[in-house]
Amino acid sequence: MTPLTGYLLVAALLFSIGLGGALTRRNAILVLIGIELMLNAANLNLIAFWRYGPHPEALTGMMFAIFSIAVAAAEAAVGLGLVIQIHRHAHTTDLDQMNRMRG
Amino acid sequence: MGHPAFSVSHREQVAPMSFVFYVLAAVTLAGALAAVLLKNTVHCALALTVAFAGLALLYLELDAQFAGFAQILVYIGAVAILIVFAILLTKGSETPKDGVYSKNWLAGLAIAAGVFAVLGWAVLESARVLPGSGGTPTAAPAVTVLQIGNALMGRYVLPLEIVALLLTAALIGAVIVAMHEKEETR
Repeated sequence: MTPLTGYLLVAALLFSIGLGGALTRRNAILVLIGIELMLNAANLNLIAFWRYGPHPEALTGMMFAIFSIAVAAAEAAVGLGLVIQIHRHAHTTDLDQMNRMRG
Repeated sequence: MGHPAFSVSHREQVAPMSFVFYVLAAVTLAGALAAVLLKNTVHCALALTVAFAGLALLYLELDAQFAGFAQILVYIGAVAILIVFAILLTKGSETPKDGVYSKNWLAGLAIAAGVFAVLGWAVLESARVLPGSGGTPTAAPAVTVLQIGNALMGRYVLPLEIVALLLTAALIGAVIVAMHEKEETR
């Protein structure tokens, strides 16, 4: 197993763990935690490809990962603000109980 | 670490996967699993911090020092703290009586397992079809913070400005969304 394969497998496992968490948990904050894990798995992929790619001196993958970290931070701030507002409105963060818009 | 000549020859001869990688990968995956599986929400946030720290160390292992320290600053220093604040503000640390998992958790688990099967198959198959790619232990790219700063101010200045705008908008948006309205709340 080459190093790149190892890192890619770890990232795939991390993504699947995050996806499973986002799909199975009921608490909205835990769903956000799962999404954060998925974003981090993507960042690990970017850095691994940058390190083992043909031109690491071009810094492309590293820059992509840094911008991705910044965007993920913005996403976390807005998402948690929304969760707090929903809790204030519905007095719960349980996603199974938020079925007012069910058709 | 150690003598430079020794470390260079070490890099060329050693088996592809290092012991450090296995330890860091195990710590990261264990933290992620605990963050997803634990019942208490505060414990989940702390386990998430462990996963973030493991990822930062993996970045350092990949010679991406700047990204590793940015990961520590942004994720452990900001995002994890933000999540703990959100848990405390929403009283989410109380474990609900009727379980922490959704009604259709089996479908979610099946989807996650399927996604991992597809991703793992793609990675292993591409490693088999393209042998030699990504396995060559090239010397560590000597990337200094000076180079990163030059690139950020030169070639990547437009994305940098857009990210600055996005962060400002997210800051204002998060404050407005989470701001307490006066008579609206019950």
